[in-house]
Amino acid sequence: MALDVAWALRWVRLTADVVAENRVALSELDRQIGDGDHGENLNRGFSAVVVKLDALDEPPAQVGDVLKLVATTLMSTVGGAAGPLYGTAYLRAAKVTGLDALDPGAVVALLEAGLEGIVARGKATTGEKTMVDAWSPAAVAAQAAASDGQGPEGVLDAAASAAEAGAVATDPMVATKGRASYLGERSAGHRDPGAASSALILRAAARAAVASGTDS
Amino acid sequence: MSRVALVLVSHSAEVASGTAQIAAQMAPDVLVLPAGGIPEGIGTSFDRVLEAVEEGLAVAGSDGGGVVVLTDLGSAVLTTDAVLEMLDDEQAAMVRVPSAPFVEGAVAASVRAQQGGDLAAVEAAALEAGAVWAPAVAPAVQAPVGGVAADAVSAVVTLRNPHGLHARPAALLARVVSEAGTPVTVNGVDGASMLALMTLKVHQGSEVTIAAAGPLARRAVDSVVAAIEEGLGEA
Repeated sequence: MALDVAWALRWVRLTADVVAENRVALSELDRQIGDGDHGENLNRGFSAVVVKLDALDEPPAQVGDVLKLVATTLMSTVGGAAGPLYGTAYLRAAKVTGLDALDPGAVVALLEAGLEGIVARGKATTGEKTMVDAWSPAAVAAQAAASDGQGPEGVLDAAASAAEAGAVATDPMVATKGRASYLGERSAGHRDPGAASSALILRAAARAAVASGTDS
Repeated sequence: MSRVALVLVSHSAEVASGTAQIAAQMAPDVLVLPAGGIPEGIGTSFDRVLEAVEEGLAVAGSDGGGVVVLTDLGSAVLTTDAVLEMLDDEQAAMVRVPSAPFVEGAVAASVRAQQGGDLAAVEAAALEAGAVWAPAVAPAVQAPVGGVAADAVSAVVTLRNPHGLHARPAALLARVVSEAGTPVTVNGVDGASMLALMTLKVHQGSEVTIAAAGPLARRAVDSVVAAIEEGLGEA
């Protein structure tokens, strides 16, 4: 299936659904080691994205245009750190996806640009118990899958699986970034909410690539 | 209006506006723009910060002026950084985001701006506000490995001031040190920094060690000792 604008729109709407379904769970994770609003914030952000998509007269021309709309909307509506972090991720990803459809290389570029945006904004590295611990393995797995000759759906699936494993891997980590870092050792034994939501978002991208249906 | 404006980015609208009010008491001619909270309550708003920074830039002077942004917790910094990325290079160069305590940094910065400080000076004032709680800064004079420098001079003098080395005498002492023309340490801290001197919390009757090195050392130490013996404007 082509990873075109229709795919991108499906991805975004699927993300909004998944985030809405998981908003309580995400906020609960955030309550353990943060300020408890991650689920609410993301839900507000992606709900606003859907409202904007619904209001468009015609679909965006390129994949990057969809991502840019997500970026600016999240930036303006998500009041926590996830706003600037995801906002910058989607913005950087938009810059490298000014295309009608993504081939495996472009999917890798999307993920790597997203990761670069998060790192540039949040200045975290792996092992600090943040969303980087989901995005970094995802980008690596995507590159490996692409080099292996996988199609774009396979690349997304590999990225999503790696992000899910990466999120689980944050459980024992001690946070050294973000609000959780105030808890020190007590942050260990809990999943990082940003890594968890990142895994949800990337799994939605993979699911959107295999979903049947023509709505956008 | 001073040529440097302040933008206060907090997770709370009340914290930002309350801090702006505190700062305004000592800096009536400085534009201090609160940019706190989100419509739903606690959080940081990209739009509010962008609007405030643009408003600050509009009134900021072009000669050495600009905007100093104070931030509270993490995402306030992230949001501010994201806003700065949206500005053009020329505008972004006129904005500084010092890592400083929110209220104290805002007050220190606005006082400096009220005094006519340029962007660098106002930013520095905010940074120094953090030193009030920080450990003493590294001494300005470093002894070479293996012993005291041959041209090092030091003296011990007793502080006479009834309330110890508080703000007013510290400010006067800092001025004497900076006029000496060579670095001078007081109990190991930079004597030219009023805030560093205040961190020493020297009481009346305590002895302080004055030290300097280099060709101007003798004269510098003597002038500092004399100023302390004369009571630093108080006793």
